[in-house]
Amino acid sequence: MATELNIPDTAAKAAEAAPDRMSLSMGPSHPSTHGVLRLQMELDGEILTKCDPVVGYLHRGDEKIAENMTYNQFVPYTDRLDYLAPLANNMAYAIAVEKLAGLEVPARCQAIRVITAEMARISSHLMGLGAFGLDVGAWTVLVHSLNQREHLYKLFEELTGARFTTSYTRIGGVSRDIPDGWLDRVGGFCDQFLPALEEILSLLTRNKIFLDRTVGVGVITKEDALAYGITGPNLRGSGIALDLRKDKPYSGYEQYEFDVPVGSKGDSYDRYLVRGEEMRQSVRIIRQVIAKFPGGDWYAKDARKIFAPPKDKILTSMEELIQNFMLVTEGPQMPAGEVYFEAENPKGILGFYVVSKGGGVPWRLKIRSPSFCNLSILPKICTGILISDVVTLLGSLDFVMGECDR
Amino acid sequence: MIPTVVNAMADFFFNLPPLVQGILKGLAVICVIFPIAGVCSMAERKVAAWVQDRPGPNRAIVPWFAWIPFLGRFLQRLGLFHVMADGGKMLFKEDSLPGHVRKAYFIFAPIAAMIPALTTVTVVPFGAYIAANGGIVPLALAPLDVGILAVFAVASLGVYSLILAGWASNSKYPALGSVRASAQLISYELSMTLSVLPVFLWINSPGMEASLGFARVVEFQSQPGFWGGMWFIFLMPVSAFIYMVALYAETNRQPFDTIESEADLVGSFHTEYGAFKWGLFFVAEYSHMIVGSAVFTLLFLGGWNPLPWVSLATWVGWVHDLTGWAWLVHPLAVGLFSIAIFLVKVLILIFVFMWVRWTVPRFRYDQVMKLGWQKLLPLAIGNLLFYAIAIALID
Repeated sequence: MATELNIPDTAAKAAEAAPDRMSLSMGPSHPSTHGVLRLQMELDGEILTKCDPVVGYLHRGDEKIAENMTYNQFVPYTDRLDYLAPLANNMAYAIAVEKLAGLEVPARCQAIRVITAEMARISSHLMGLGAFGLDVGAWTVLVHSLNQREHLYKLFEELTGARFTTSYTRIGGVSRDIPDGWLDRVGGFCDQFLPALEEILSLLTRNKIFLDRTVGVGVITKEDALAYGITGPNLRGSGIALDLRKDKPYSGYEQYEFDVPVGSKGDSYDRYLVRGEEMRQSVRIIRQVIAKFPGGDWYAKDARKIFAPPKDKILTSMEELIQNFMLVTEGPQMPAGEVYFEAENPKGILGFYVVSKGGGVPWRLKIRSPSFCNLSILPKICTGILISDVVTLLGSLDFVMGECDR
Repeated sequence: MIPTVVNAMADFFFNLPPLVQGILKGLAVICVIFPIAGVCSMAERKVAAWVQDRPGPNRAIVPWFAWIPFLGRFLQRLGLFHVMADGGKMLFKEDSLPGHVRKAYFIFAPIAAMIPALTTVTVVPFGAYIAANGGIVPLALAPLDVGILAVFAVASLGVYSLILAGWASNSKYPALGSVRASAQLISYELSMTLSVLPVFLWINSPGMEASLGFARVVEFQSQPGFWGGMWFIFLMPVSAFIYMVALYAETNRQPFDTIESEADLVGSFHTEYGAFKWGLFFVAEYSHMIVGSAVFTLLFLGGWNPLPWVSLATWVGWVHDLTGWAWLVHPLAVGLFSIAIFLVKVLILIFVFMWVRWTVPRFRYDQVMKLGWQKLLPLAIGNLLFYAIAIALID
């Protein structure tokens, strides 16, 4: 693929060159570009002849910011990558840095992380489903799925103290253990969620209008999906059963049984079905985690240069006070080296590439964001479709610009 | 006591010059249509909330109303004050005029939207009373003999306002929206007109006095006997279905609201509009819904007859026999009853509009056109032929 600079002027010049075409800028502020994506389109009537995604409106330089702070201080920034599933980002980042340190967290900590990551997956897919519904005109789907997400947010708040930007993990553990009875409430959520999910999906799955709008729209073939580096439900919708939770298990995913749903045609409808099924599978995983929830430590107790000691110890014991002081000022001490870790996030594969020269601050941190890679296929599949299909397509790709632009 | 006052009022009214009578009637109808449009917007939000399992607007309240013990809270929960606040906001907020628009046409477009919306109301009868000689006299501002033609002719002018708004906005999304509007509205008018023709063929079968008025259709559905009292929705279900589908498309309602589909066209033809000018488009849309539902009620749901096979006169007679209340048969009481029955039917239809809107997704623009030309139009033509042949055979 030839590299093209998407400078707005090029689009204007192209429009001058083809006067029977209309150039239309969809976004960065548009109801269905899900944030600040901008599509510079060239239209022949209502049919797109060209579509250039313009990204970067939400660029904050997260990767550079990471070089100027300790490993733990960067956790809140990971919340703001895929802000619809912060817990999953927290976990991916923490595991990446732990891999650098060669640290293995206890089973209980892994279980907590799995349960939160799966809840984040449900929450993210709910939002994706609702926004997709909204894009094809089904308002009620959005409101019903937000209603379910609200239950999850209450559980997140109870666990982490925040509904949205959770910042839950620390290098070597999590910020706090689960509260009393929290697992029961998660189980209760799962019990009421499955019938509610079926009700929400039943509004769309067999709906003739929805089928007309999505079947065969925005087909991503297997070859294209692989060539453009598409990951997550979008890749599985194209029929490739790549799921890192199965293929390269981390955080104890190998203990849990779940299926990896795949689509057959790779159209918007398949991606919708895959997301629906993934929510059911997430519930299945959460139930298994709750059923055999391990006891023991919830953070790596022996990693004294990485994870802060308990608060009561800090206030009473000299050694722990010094340890905490060093952690806060110098950061968790990492060996020199470089590491790449990728996790199966709701939107796709989120990878962290960390280069360390020792000490508490990364020398370089690169983020491989799934939304960015998933959006890269837009110019290819947007050609020759209608404006309304672009909206369907964007909804079915389910991207987050905070992560794409990072 | 009350009947005498009412009689005196009625006498006073009928002794006024016809022009003043007409103006008063016109004001009365406008005073009804506007609040109904407002109430519809409130109902829209409440129905949406109901479908979506949430309380809906229930906060706004005027201070003194909060002191009324039960009613104040009830009206607050109902969201009545939200409607008032919305209306007030639309009237008083800054009516901005973007610099890039064609000003005169830009201002004229919302007015052009209101003209057909209010004009069509005049020919739609909304009730009836029983005259001294026992005949049913329909209530309408202008009981035209070509009622249905007048409604279709004037309502189809509504498309000009959308085209004008899209063109005058001098902006791309409105332009796309108005192109869609012109294509869609014209396509569905064909099916709509063809769908009601069987009704008029039926009531104007050879040898009868010809009329295209609504009152005649209702009169036809109020006859005694099994076939006489049958509403046209039972006699011509396909016609009713086509009319209903076409009406959804004509009024830009989901699932055919590709013209206003905010997901791809932002605000479509009213993207550049705000404040009161936007409000006029909004009221015009609801007025079209009300008039369209009213026409459906008159043609297919027996107008002001309370039940199938039970005409207004029969019903009034029954209740009078049962209770013995003399005021029931007073023309004014009958008139009010008939209006109430008619309004209830119209409001039920409008509820269905909302119910559909909040339940189903939206068609794509080309699918709407395909449905209109390839499915609905052949069906309407086939339906018309079927009834034409059937009527010829019966006669």
